[in-house]
Amino acid sequence: MATVAQPQRQDEANPLVEGLERLPVHPTTLVIFGATGDLAKRKLLPAIYNLAHEGALPERFNLIGVSRGDIGDDGFQELARESISQFSRRPADEKVLAALVENMRYVPGSFDEDQVYEKLGEAAKELDEQAGIAFNRLFYLSTAPSFFPVIAGKLGERGLHETEGAEVRMIVEKPFGTDLDSARSLNRELLSVFDERQIYRIDHYLGKETVQNMLVLRFANGIFEPLWNRSYVDSVQITAAEDIGIGTRAGYYDKSGALRDLVQNHMLQLLMLLAMEPPVSFDADAVRDEKVKILHAIKAPAIEEVPEMAVRAQYGPGASGGEQVPGYLDEEGVPDGSRTETFAALRLKVDNWRWAGVPFYLRTGKRLARKITEIAVTLKPVPHLAFQQRGSLGVQPNQLILSVQPNEGVSLSLVAKIPGARLSVRPVNMEFLYGTSFLSQSPEAYERLILDTMRGDATLFARNDEVERAWTICDPILEAWSRMDEPLPTYPAGSAGPEEANALIEDGHVWRPL
Amino acid sequence: MAPLQAPEVWSADDTSPGEIESALRTLLEEQHASSDAYVPARVLNLVAIVDRDWRGEIVNRLERVGRYHPSRTIVIAVERGRSKLSAWATMSAHGDPEPGSICVCEERVEIEVGPEHVARLATIVDPLVVQDLSTVVWAPHGHNEAVDALLDLADVNLLDSVEAPDPASAIGRAQQLLEAGYVVDLAWLRSTPWRERIAATFDPPAFRGELGKIDEVTVHHRDDSAISAMLLVGWLASRLGWEPGAVVRQNGSMLSRARGRRAEVKLRLEPEARQDVPGLAGITIGTGGGMTVSLDRGPGGLAAKRRLHDGREYSWVVLGASRGEAGILGEGIRQALLRDPTYGPALSAASAMLSSG
Repeated sequence: MATVAQPQRQDEANPLVEGLERLPVHPTTLVIFGATGDLAKRKLLPAIYNLAHEGALPERFNLIGVSRGDIGDDGFQELARESISQFSRRPADEKVLAALVENMRYVPGSFDEDQVYEKLGEAAKELDEQAGIAFNRLFYLSTAPSFFPVIAGKLGERGLHETEGAEVRMIVEKPFGTDLDSARSLNRELLSVFDERQIYRIDHYLGKETVQNMLVLRFANGIFEPLWNRSYVDSVQITAAEDIGIGTRAGYYDKSGALRDLVQNHMLQLLMLLAMEPPVSFDADAVRDEKVKILHAIKAPAIEEVPEMAVRAQYGPGASGGEQVPGYLDEEGVPDGSRTETFAALRLKVDNWRWAGVPFYLRTGKRLARKITEIAVTLKPVPHLAFQQRGSLGVQPNQLILSVQPNEGVSLSLVAKIPGARLSVRPVNMEFLYGTSFLSQSPEAYERLILDTMRGDATLFARNDEVERAWTICDPILEAWSRMDEPLPTYPAGSAGPEEANALIEDGHVWRPL
Repeated sequence: MAPLQAPEVWSADDTSPGEIESALRTLLEEQHASSDAYVPARVLNLVAIVDRDWRGEIVNRLERVGRYHPSRTIVIAVERGRSKLSAWATMSAHGDPEPGSICVCEERVEIEVGPEHVARLATIVDPLVVQDLSTVVWAPHGHNEAVDALLDLADVNLLDSVEAPDPASAIGRAQQLLEAGYVVDLAWLRSTPWRERIAATFDPPAFRGELGKIDEVTVHHRDDSAISAMLLVGWLASRLGWEPGAVVRQNGSMLSRARGRRAEVKLRLEPEARQDVPGLAGITIGTGGGMTVSLDRGPGGLAAKRRLHDGREYSWVVLGASRGEAGILGEGIRQALLRDPTYGPALSAASAMLSSG
């Protein structure tokens, strides 16, 4: 039997990487648990294909699918081929696709069966021996959350959580718990097998270019930093609105709701990136240290404070895109009388030197007037205005809008003179749109994040303390809402949300129109 | 990418740069007035200097670069006997504007000039480039005089060393342009996947030590692409601290030796008759440790093979799609916005192979 070549010192630099855009990634065996599921078919397999197409995968790469159906290697290869052809962002190159799928392997079985891990271990070892090197191993847990600790535990029992001469990493899909207790429990169970540095909690929002560009915008442009504080910023609004309903996801969504689905993770991530202090470097822990400080500066509300700082609601019947659409309770699969919120709005305060007194408004919802994710930073108004107001649309405070989707970009609202004899003014926009300024198409967030994991770069992944602190803030809100027995506020589908959300807004502020 | 929508076209004979620039502004205003979803791309200016008779071929190549299109393309078509400027300009969008979305437009200007305009080309082009964007100059049909006339205006010169008559003149011209500004060489970009994969092949710590023991490199290239092979060897030499000696020609191959830090390195560049696209066909690297690594073009990527000192052999495919020649040009345009510090040293090392000894 061939032996695996012994690794040499890791710190011996490779002089050939200088100037290369795509740095070498250590040979990797990717194992997807839940490989026949929806996420794998729609996102993960197409992302892997696109990395292969661009030559960005590791020089040597293996993929093993693990799932319940007994479809064999051939069946899995066919499933992968179909998924990639259907969902890839670019048409598949037949030769690359064929070369990618022909080596894919499949291990059938339930995630709690010992023999799955035995077969998996054998397959991974065989791949190492065939190649004469120790592949890094990356386990992607694309399964129901209840299996996360099960899989981690079984990997540990079989010794698959570590391998000599290579790295073992694990990607965990959200949700990272459903409350603080379950998040702590999940972290405890994962960390009983894996080190924190091996765990990559994925939030695909963080893989979006605009989100990453927030750090560049803030820390590579001298114009913003002097304004980025309580002296000049009046308020911040973070919106993640969707125009669609829950579709076929009632089973998941009704147990989750808007707060767990988007606020606890995506929206608090956006808030952290917007409000954090400059990190000393852009390595993973330096960035995450600064991010988590922001969560620590947000006081978790007492139960009785929740009605003052949080609003929830559920969409009723209405119209979307000119079509009549049902209310949440009439959606397929939603239990009668469900009190799950499809809209959540929060007013948070970041109690630190930089942000004291500045309200951070967060809102998210399904079946709102339009699909948009954006952050609006509203500056304080000028102290005195000498221009005449009559005949003008008036002066609005400057707003810096960071658009995440559908258009990625940054715009700054300014006030300009309306051409003519009178000194009338109106707001105008100065816009930077990604689509106009860069030649490259943004990669799918999953492509970026999977590649980062293979490289061992955890900057764009949530750390355990971030997750737990985010739940510390959200838990009392969920608890308060569960205790309320009055009717849930509603909003018509296709509207800007419930009237009740206006009660959160402080004097002089308004929600940005959707 | 959606096809270009039928654009409005402005044209004029006996025109001037001022008139052309004014027409571009009008086109932009009209486009924006029809829908505010139309926004002009603002990436870079590309000035392409071509023979009037062969302009169609170049325009076709530019249309096939896909999403890596420049935002303003200025084609200068040089026509013998012409004394007045003729021009047309257009602004076109990929697809129709959709509610809540933007529709990015690109601008194209084509100017027919006479030979006597070439020395004063900067006075024609300067008023037409979008300020504060990088300007890339490309002259696929030669026209070195025109390129020289635009040296002060150009941030980047795009060239394809494979199109030079021989490696010596290719290297000489590239070095000359490199002194004036940044150079993107398509011959260099064709070697990018090879460089990435060579770097990756030696990257696992178990094999990294072999880099210092390399004693033999053989590169196969299309007959007209010896310069690509020289640049690849030049890259290895510059990155690994080799001092390459002069090449000797033997039966169509070029042979040389380089003084490595620990050992002498035999270099062999061999034309490959079966290769049908410009660039490289394969590379084999041998080390004093008894390891041999080879990479060859294959279906779905590069066919890789590693043989160890004890005779064990491993084969695999390094996945990656071929970019094609249109893709290479697109990549050249994209690279104009980046900076690769390794091209210059590789070019110098390749130059040493021609001039030393």
